[in-house]
Parts: sequence; structure tokens; C-alpha cells
Amino acid sequence: MSLSLERIRKSYREPGGRRLPVLGIERFEMTQGEQVALLGSSGGGKTTLLNIISGILTPDSGRVIVDGRDIAAMHEVVRDRFRASKIGIVFQTFNLLPAFSALENVLLGMSFSGKGVDKAFARQLLERVGLGHRLNHSPQKLSVGEQQRVAVARSLANKPVLLLADEPTANVDPSNQQLILDLIRDTCRDHNVSLLMVTHSMEVAGVFKRVEKLQEFNRPELCLQEQTV
Amino acid sequence: MNLLTIAWKSIRQRRLASFLTALSIGLGVMLMVLVLVIFGAVNSAFTQRSVGYDLIVGPKGSDLQLVLSAVYRMQPPIENLPYMYLEQLKKDRRVISAVPLAFGDVTEAGSFPIVGTTTEYFQNEFMPGRNFQIRGSRINELFDAIIGSEVARQNQWDIDSKFAIIHGGAESGDVHEEEFTVVAVLAPTGTANDRTVFLNLEGFYAIDGHTKPVEEIEKRMKDFYAADPERLESALKQLESYKAEEAAGGHAHGHSHASPDAMKEVTAILVRTRPETPFDAISLSAELQKGFQAMAVNPVRPIQRLVTGLLGNIQKALVVLTGIIILVSGVGIFVSIYNSMSDRRREIGIMRALGAGRMHVFGIVLAESALLCVGGGVVGWLVGHGLAIAASPWVIRQTGLLINPWALNSWEVILFPVLVGLAALVGFLPAMTAYRTNVADALSS
Repeated sequence: MSLSLERIRKSYREPGGRRLPVLGIERFEMTQGEQVALLGSSGGGKTTLLNIISGILTPDSGRVIVDGRDIAAMHEVVRDRFRASKIGIVFQTFNLLPAFSALENVLLGMSFSGKGVDKAFARQLLERVGLGHRLNHSPQKLSVGEQQRVAVARSLANKPVLLLADEPTANVDPSNQQLILDLIRDTCRDHNVSLLMVTHSMEVAGVFKRVEKLQEFNRPELCLQEQTV
Repeated sequence: MNLLTIAWKSIRQRRLASFLTALSIGLGVMLMVLVLVIFGAVNSAFTQRSVGYDLIVGPKGSDLQLVLSAVYRMQPPIENLPYMYLEQLKKDRRVISAVPLAFGDVTEAGSFPIVGTTTEYFQNEFMPGRNFQIRGSRINELFDAIIGSEVARQNQWDIDSKFAIIHGGAESGDVHEEEFTVVAVLAPTGTANDRTVFLNLEGFYAIDGHTKPVEEIEKRMKDFYAADPERLESALKQLESYKAEEAAGGHAHGHSHASPDAMKEVTAILVRTRPETPFDAISLSAELQKGFQAMAVNPVRPIQRLVTGLLGNIQKALVVLTGIIILVSGVGIFVSIYNSMSDRRREIGIMRALGAGRMHVFGIVLAESALLCVGGGVVGWLVGHGLAIAASPWVIRQTGLLINPWALNSWEVILFPVLVGLAALVGFLPAMTAYRTNVADALSS
């Protein structure tokens, strides 16, 4: 099993002190190498879910098992290191660092895992996404599509077991959308990486064998019920 | 990619602000280095290492004035000692060398001090371990002269140049009739010797007006040797015989005849004692101190008193001032980094999402502060010493101070640990801001 969520509850405290329930997931699982599209509307808790899976946020309760380990129970230092080495993230806005070249952005992804930096593999990844000739270009000198390809290469820099993609084609022009989508799916398949892609686009979700609708298995009210109990 | 590389990338991204803040630190450090190099040169010029003698013997009076006039040629002489006293001193078993100096006149061109001395002055080291390098021949004739390097440069004199001298100070305007010839030029020494013209001591006595009236000498001898009847008798005998010769017309042609020792005077005597018995200098000095004829002073102590008492405090004040400049520059770095933190919140969030721990981002901001502080400091240090190298020939020419541009001062040794401490201090708050960044909020911002 690549990813397993068990009884996840997450709520935010509002300025008035009231708790705003966001996530109430009883069970969600993905096998190794599986590719899943998670459909959800804006404000539906998609990003919060990805943040919890990646360990950026911790749930109020529940277990987040990634590659056999409960990331929610880890100490923050261990969780950061675990995220660096086991989980790749592709953001909607690419989130490349402007001070670094394409190659350096990928190397940066390797810098915090504790495994060391593998320059040859970083080059290989950029060549794989078709940017072998743009290694030393800064993000500002790359097109939007190229930037997202660098972000894809960076997300795979530490050979993760799970790749989380948050609306990766939302900011890409239509001609590049399919290209990026194929690239992410193909590279995940090539490296046997599980892919959980969050999207609100039916078109994007349509290319996945398994499509889950967040509102169908997310019941935020569970947070409140458990608090009442 | 290590933290320093990441920090360096961030610095490069904010080139102008980073450059200006590092520049301010660099300027502070450069000023401090220049202050230390200049004061180091002044200190070195006035310390034990700069004088190749153990004692300076002169008439009773101000020890500081004696040293300033005999070694640094900055003050007019106090009084004179009888030449016979030099002979007396030479016989002391503790003394291995006693070199007479007679001075008071200056050159007509450039007003360089004139010093009458013997060849022994040039045979001795002018500074421990350093001998005079002389281009030309030895003094043979009465009016031969050896000139210092600065005299040669400024007056454009060389071997065979002729010159005249002024009696007393330049203000007297009383030019002696005698003409002197340069027979040798000294290589630069970085001491007052560079700005001095040396005459044959016998020639100095032979200059018209350099011999006092016999009656005056007689009175002086009676005072000086009041407690030493044997020497007084010998002196008076010489003076009687001189008077008799004079009466017979023996000196009708003026000064070219050698005067008896009793007629001669020296302004100061440079003394070297036996190196194997360092207490010789102390005992000789103490012995002279008890008497009323002369005094022997350590050539360093009076000057050191002046240097540490006055210049030392000025140096401290300037170092503190440059330290404050560095501190203010440090505050500039703090403001620059701290202001950039809100712009960099997202960057920090991205790094954290990529797996960077809180300590990683804390370290990156601290490394940035350290690179600006220490980097600026290193550049300032190099530029400071570079300027010292570039300016040293000019300083030597203008002041005679021998600058060692790479001499490390103890303040400089602690400068870099202090800069690292400053970097930690000014980087701490921005680093804590990075440490506390909420990743989810930063990514959604």
C-alpha cells in the first residue's frame, strides 16, 4: 500500500474560537504505482488534504500511512526529512525559486532529503521532461509550460513513492495541458510512483482509470460529531 | 546544495541591497584596518625594535626631549656634554660602543637636521638586526657628508653634490661659509636617519662658530668636573695650552686646526652595553642618575609613555569609532534581511514543502547574514591592507614611518570572530521569522 488514510479529522479554529470542520475521511487507500484523480470543488478541502498527506499539516486525529509509516505521528524533524525523501509535490503555481536555474531547482529538491545531491540524475530528469537544453535557464526565462516541467522534474528528484499534484495544469495554457498531464503520468509510471492528482476539471480527471470525488468520501461533520461525543 | 550556496543565491537575487549592506561593513572594516596599520607603524617606530642602542646619554634635563632630539631629530638639543665625558664613558667596562652626536644646525635646502658623528655610527646596527646600506665612499675629508635617502630624494642630491648649512635652526638664517660635499647616500631605513645629513664630527667642530669662547668652556668645566679634580685639572691644562697657542697667533687662520678635547662638546652619546649582561644598562643608568653631570635614558621608555599615554588613547578612540561604524552597518544588514523576509515567505514555504526543516531555513538566513558580514569584512580587510600597500611609499616619503601593510594587529585577530558574532546577532531575528513560518499559510499566500 502506497497511501492509506484512516479516520482523518481536521478542523480550523476560527477567529471567534469556533472550530470550522474541513476534513472527515474514514478511509482512503492507494496501491503502489496507482494513479488517482481526486475531484473536488474550490474550498472543498483538497489542498488541506494534500498538506496533511505530505505532512505539511497534521490532522486533529487519524493516521496517514505513507510507504508503511504513519507520517502524522512523526516528530516534525523526522516528518520533514520523510517528506523530502518519499513524497514529491507539484504545485498549481509551480513554485520554482527564481534565484535558482532549472537544474538548481531540481538539485534544491534533493538538498534536504539527506541522500545527497545527484547532479547526473537531476540532468536526466530534466532531459526526460524535454528540458535538457534549458538546464541553466532561470525560471523567468522559461515558458509557463517549461516551468511546470521543471516542477515535475523537481518533484521526482528524490525518487519518491508518492507524488501529490495540486491542479498542475490549472495555470498552463490549453495546448500544454495535455502535454503536462501526460508527462506527469508517464514519468510516474516509468518510476513506479503513485500519483494522487487533485483537480476540479472533469476533462483532466477523465484520463485517469480511478477518479474519486472528494465530497463523496469527505464528511467534515464527523469532526463535530466526535467532538460532541 | 548546501546552506551557504542557497544563502548565496538569495544574496545574488537581491544584488543591490546585499552589495550596499556588505559595502557598509567593508568600509567600516577598511577604516579600522587603516587606523590599525597607521598606529602600528607609529608604535613600531617608537618601540624598542626601532632603536639599536641601549641608552642615550645626555645632559640633565627632560628625558623625552633627549630622545626626541637624539633619535627622532624632532626637537632642538637641550645642552651639551664635554667631549671628555665621551672618552670617560668609553673606558667604562660595561660599554661596548659609545657614539657621539653633535647637532643643532640644519641644511640650507630643505632644513634637514645636521648631525656630526663618527664612522662607528654607520658600523652599528641602526635597529636590531639591520645595518646601514651605504652607496658611496666613507667620510675622509673634514667637510664630507653622508645623507639620508629622503634628503637625497627631496633635495635631488647625489654623490658629489655640494651644500651649505644654517647655524642653529632654519629661522636664524645664518648660513655657514663652509661648503660640504656628499660622499655617500644611505638606503631607506624607515627611521629619522632618512631625513638626516651626517657630517664628520671633526668637521662639525671645525665649522666657524661651533667652538665656544675659552672662558665659557673653562667655567663650564669647573662646574661639570667640580667633583672630579683630576679630570678638571687635565681639562684646564688643555685650555691653558690652547689659550697660549691662540695668544701666539696659532689659530689665526681660524678653525682648520684641531681643537683640544676640552674645547669640544657633544650633544648626546648613543651607548651600547654588553648584550650578555642586560643589567649593565640599568646599573649604568642608575649610576648616572645619582650624579649631577649627565643622565642616561632608555631610548624607548619616554616615547612609549607618550605613545601609550596619548596616541594609545587616540588609537582606542578611533578603533571604537570604526567599531561603531561596523555595528551600524550590522544594523543595516539586519534591516535589509528583515525587510526581505515578507517577500521571501513563500520561498521559505516552498523550501519547507520540499523537505527543508525549520533549522534548515533558520540556517540559510543566518548563513546569509554571515556571508554579508564576514564577506564584507574580508573584502574591507583586503582593501584596507591593499590601500596600506599602495600608500606606504608615500607615507614613508612624507613621514619616514616604515609601514608594514600586512602586520596583524591583535584587534584584527578578534575582528573576524566579532563579525561572526555580529552576523549571528543581526541574523537571529530574521532567522527566527523563517523558523516560525507557517508552511501551509506561506504556500497559499
